[in-house]
Order: sequence, then C-alpha cells, then structure tokens
Amino acid sequence: MNFSIYDFTGFVNSIHSWLNENFSSPIGDIIGMAIIGICFLTFLALLGLTLVYAERKICALFQQRLGPMRVGFWGTAQTLADIIKLIFKESLITKNSDKFLFNLAAFVVMISPVMAMAAIPFAKGLHVLDFDIGIFFITAVSSIGVTGILLAGWSSNNKYSLIGAMRSGAQIVSYELSVLLSLLTIIILTGSLQLSEIIESQRNGWWIFKGNIPAIIAFVIFIVSSTAESNRGPFDIAEAESELTAGFHTEYSGIKFAFFFLAEYVNLFIIAAVGATVFFGGWMPLHIGNIEFFNNAMDLIPPVFWFFGKVFALIFLMMWFKWTFPRLRIDQMLTLEWKYLLPINLANILLMSLVSLNGWYF
Amino acid sequence: MLELITDTETEPTVNKTETQEYFVNMGPQHPSTHGVLRLLLTLDGEIVKKVEPHIGFIHRSIEKMCEKDSYQQIVHLTDRMDYLSCHINNEAVCLTVENGLQLEIPERVKVIRTIISELTRLASHQLWWGVMGMDLGAITSFLYGFRDRELITDIFEETCGARLTMNYNIPGGLMFDIHPNFQKRTKDFLKYFKEKLPEYDELLTGNIIFTERTKGIGILSHEDAISFGVTGPSGRASGFACDIRKKIPYSAYDRVEFKEIIYTEGDSFARYKVRIDEMWQSMYIIEQLIDNIPEGEIKAKTKAVIKLPPGEYYQRVETARGDLGVFIISDNKKSPYRVKFRSPGFSNLSALNTMSQGFKIADLVAIMSTLDLVIPDIDR
Repeated sequence: MNFSIYDFTGFVNSIHSWLNENFSSPIGDIIGMAIIGICFLTFLALLGLTLVYAERKICALFQQRLGPMRVGFWGTAQTLADIIKLIFKESLITKNSDKFLFNLAAFVVMISPVMAMAAIPFAKGLHVLDFDIGIFFITAVSSIGVTGILLAGWSSNNKYSLIGAMRSGAQIVSYELSVLLSLLTIIILTGSLQLSEIIESQRNGWWIFKGNIPAIIAFVIFIVSSTAESNRGPFDIAEAESELTAGFHTEYSGIKFAFFFLAEYVNLFIIAAVGATVFFGGWMPLHIGNIEFFNNAMDLIPPVFWFFGKVFALIFLMMWFKWTFPRLRIDQMLTLEWKYLLPINLANILLMSLVSLNGWYF
Repeated sequence: MLELITDTETEPTVNKTETQEYFVNMGPQHPSTHGVLRLLLTLDGEIVKKVEPHIGFIHRSIEKMCEKDSYQQIVHLTDRMDYLSCHINNEAVCLTVENGLQLEIPERVKVIRTIISELTRLASHQLWWGVMGMDLGAITSFLYGFRDRELITDIFEETCGARLTMNYNIPGGLMFDIHPNFQKRTKDFLKYFKEKLPEYDELLTGNIIFTERTKGIGILSHEDAISFGVTGPSGRASGFACDIRKKIPYSAYDRVEFKEIIYTEGDSFARYKVRIDEMWQSMYIIEQLIDNIPEGEIKAKTKAVIKLPPGEYYQRVETARGDLGVFIISDNKKSPYRVKFRSPGFSNLSALNTMSQGFKIADLVAIMSTLDLVIPDIDR
C-alpha cells in the first residue's frame, strides 16, 4: 500500500493487483466494480446532503436570513433529518397515472448523473473510466436525464406536470448544443477528448487563462447553458413553482421525490466538475508558465482539494445567480439559445480555430 | 370529464393545425393566485386564450353582517377585506359615518390618519414588490420586501397593538393617541427606507430578465381601464388619472403636496413603476406631516349609540389597490339598512381576461402580480 494524497495512481493500482492476485479474473473484476459502486453511492449520498445544506445556507446568506439552525450544530443535521423523513413518507401515486412509467421515471433521472460521475477525474489517479472520448461520454449520458423528466411529466396524469415536462424537453435539447459546442472550443486547443489529457495539457496554466478571449466567451456560454440544461434558476421553467406548482415532479412524494431532488444536485456537481476540468484544470494546481518556485508552492496543496475547491466555487457561482435573477419565459429562453448563444458559439469556435492555427494562445 | 370541470359556455374549439385547446384549473390552491382564487384557463399550448376567474371561496358576507352591527362594529369588519390596507378601509367607514353625522373632526385626527394611511400604503407596496419578484422567480426580493415591511408593522404595533388588522380608527376619531416614540420611529424608518428603495431598483427594475418579462406584456388600454373600472396604481399605469387623494381629497390630503404618478404604457412594467414611484410619494407625504401634527383632541364627541339620519351616504378613499367606495343606506336605526363596498380588487380582476389574452402562462402570473390582487377584498 503506497498511499499518497498527491497521487492516487499507486494506491489504486495496488488494490487492483491485490484483487487480481487473490481472485480469478471475473470475480476480481466484479468485486472491484462493487467497491467502486459502494464508494459512489456513499459519495452521492454525502454530496446530496452537503449540497442541499450548502444551498440552504447560501440562499439564506443572499436573503439576509440564517437558514436552518435548529437541528444539529448550525443546522447541519437538518438535511439528514429531511432525508429520513422522505424515506419514511408514503409514496403516493395518482389514480389514473401510468404506474410503470411513473416509477421508472424517478430511476431514469438518477441514472444519468451517476453514469456521468464515472468519467470524472477527482484527483490524480482517482478516475474510474478514463475513456478516450470522455467529454463525449459525459455529454451523451447526461442527456438521458431528459427522458426521465418527460416520462415523469407524461405519466403523472397532471396537466401542470405535462406542461413542465414539455418545457423541459424543449429546453434541455436546445441547450445541449451550446454546452457541447462551448466544450468543443477548448477541445480544439487540447486536441483530445480524453479528460486526463485535457488536464495534463493545463500543466503550465489553465485554459481559461491560456486560451485568450475565445476561452472566456466559451466559459460564459458554458456556465449559462449548463445551468439551463440542469433546470436550475433562472432557467427553472420546468419547475416554475409560481406557474406550474412544481412542474414535472408535482405528483411525486417520498423517496421518489427525493430522487428528483438528489438528481438536480448531482447534475449541478457534474456540470461544475466538467467546467472545472475543462476550463480550470480539474485537479491540476494553479501553474503559471515555468515559474518553478510558484508552481512548486502550489503543488503542495493536494490535487483533490484543488478539484473540490474549483467545483464548489463554480457551484457557488451558479447558486448565486439562481437566488438573484427572476425566471425567464419559455420563448425568451429558446430565443436566447437559438438566436444568440448558438451563433455566438459557432463564431467563437471559428475564432478559436484561428487562435489555435496562429498560436495566439499561451 | 370536461363537463365536470368547466362551465357550459366554454367548449374547447379545435383549430386548423389539429391541436386542441385545453383547460387548466389554476387555483383555488395555487402559489401565485395569492389566496383562494380559481382561474379557469383555456390554453393553446403555452398561450392563454381565455381566463375565467371563479370567485367566492373566501366570501364571508361582510356586507350582510354589517346590517346587524352597530356603526362602531362595522369598522372592525372592514379590515378583513383588504387586509393590506386595513387602516384605509377603516378610515373609509369612519369618514362615511362622520359625514352622515356631520361631525367636526379634530385636525390632529386627520393628520395622524393620513400619516398612518401612507405608512399602510408603503407596507402594502413593499409586500407587493416582494411577491412580484417571487412570482417571476426571484425569491430573494420576497425577503427584502418583508424585511422593510417589518419596520412599519413594528411602528403599528407600538401605536395600536396590532400589526396587520389594526382597528385604530373609530367613528369620530382615533382609539388612542399616538405613542410618544411614533414621530421618531417614523422618521428613522423614512431615513432607512430612502436608502433601501434604490436597492429594490437594483435588484429587479434594472434587471434585463425582469424588464424583458414585463415590458409590453399585459397591455391595458386607457379606454379599457376606464370601462372595466380599473383604479389605483393599475389604472394609473394606463393613463387613467383616478387618484381619489387628488380628485376628492379627504382627511389631510388637501394640505399636502404630492404628485399623482401616471404612466401611459399600460403594460406590466408601467404598473410596476407606478407602485415604486408611489412609495417615494408616500414618503414625501409623511415627511410633510410628521413634524406638523397639531395638538388637540384625538376624537370628536359621539353618542354611545350612533344613529345616522335617514339617507344615503357614499365615501371614496384611495387604498393601496385603488378606489374603495363605502355606500351606506340608513333608516335611522342603530345599524345600517344596507352597506355596499365597492372594492378595487373586484374591478381590477375583471380586466384580467382582456389583459392576458394571447400571452403565455408565465405572463399571466406576472400580470396577476402587477394587478396586486387581495382575494378577501374581491370576495368580501
């Protein structure tokens, strides 16, 4: 066991080889998968608790309140208490709903963020699937989520749910284009879709600093369109509690509601993680060119802290504008995507190609 | 199924592209109807084709109850109508009774009533501003509005013991004299709120999403405003000069200087701006009066049992929502023969269908919010 917080490669490899030595080929792999699965489930549960607590405290901060304060120290056990309540609550199903699809939807919504989670590099060597098409994989599986939302809206037998689901269908399908195109802008510079290589290419500086103006434009588009893709304010028209009561999950209660709730926060984490990886170097510490002294000082902070620091900074940014801006209307939202973001994005890719060809980046 | 949820007149029509219009029941339990209002929406996709308000869920027959109560008791019923302008409602009834008795009201009473009326208007507009933001999805504004309103309700609490339904007025004057702290606290509040009101503009008025959501939405023309009887800030946003404080001044409004805010656009943004500007005017009115409260009695002498001379009496006041009319027919008994309230919310709601046709569901919520409906005021 050669455990090091700076580099998990050796640690992960030693577990892997230990499994291979002690078990025959398929059983060792299955045990490996089970360990990863348990780790992810624990991580998801902790992530959900943390992010819900963070959102409550952060929105309280913007609204001049204290937020939860009663359960546990500074209300830290409040989300835990809520989860326990949701688990023990009766799960109601409306009378004329399509019960199979109604139950399925909650799981479909959960599947996509969990799958996307597998491709995210948490630290050096702490990476489940390092595909050579990493970015493509994440964007592909994260679009499965919209199926769950459409199923939930359709099967609930509720007009509000249906309107919410249709809105969300139009919205997610449109904004996926912008998310992918803004990521492609950086891919032009890295020349690879593999996440570990994208991070490695930022060894002498993050793309947001190195990539000149088009990288900054791409980041702004990414943060706007990925917020829209995850159905969060100011783009939460699918839920729109003042118009559609709760949109597509109006009829869900108990643990199935908790799935929708958790999926929203896990999606938020994944977006922030992808943004941090592509634009801010993932777990790569802040390096400036070849200044040895500075780079070595930054390397003292373990990569895993860099990763989570960046991710939570981006999450804070997204919570910030959720709690500040009013909600857009459906047509304004589609106008924003098709008339503004998409053309700007295409022009930006062209600009980035020019920058890349002429070597105008650092 | 359709017959069960709709009225007979509204049959869904099939249009040429073979899509079908459908019904949605918005309310009586819905977050943005602000109470138990049921709206029957005919929708074509997201587009609102028709809005039918169904009212009466919170009807408490206040007008009928007034017919068996004494004139002092009637006052206490009125603050349950438009609970956000409770003081102004009370004042309306008191003024009607005082006119009927031809009482000479002390100057001190008139000035204090005017100050508290304007404070009520401020509190009501603050709450409206918060809720307006919340209806458009900006939940933070809700808490900002309530934060500032809290200071006004604290002043009310110190003055008369109640924070919402105040009952400070009685026919002939006021129930108690003002608290010694009243002037100081009100001045402190004005100083505080003058700094906070520009914050409202920063958070919502200047926001591009907000202006996009409200400009050109829910247009009520000048003619429609008059024919529907839309009064108050909603009417004034359509260029209908209907401020009772200017037209038929009552209490101390004849001695103060203030501007009647009029916009001509008639859209949601104009209705929003009218109320924001009115908050500045209300503060200006209070400033003129707060240091000049005359000394004197706090009530005129009335008999224990008030009997109005036979006849008909009508008094109009400007509440935070518009023109409130109180009509009393007396037959020289200790309770009135008939009481009728012309509530502003009822007339304002009637224009909702005209205003929201052709706009989206999200716009309907914004339009309803700018009308500033208080459902107990509509149902009474």
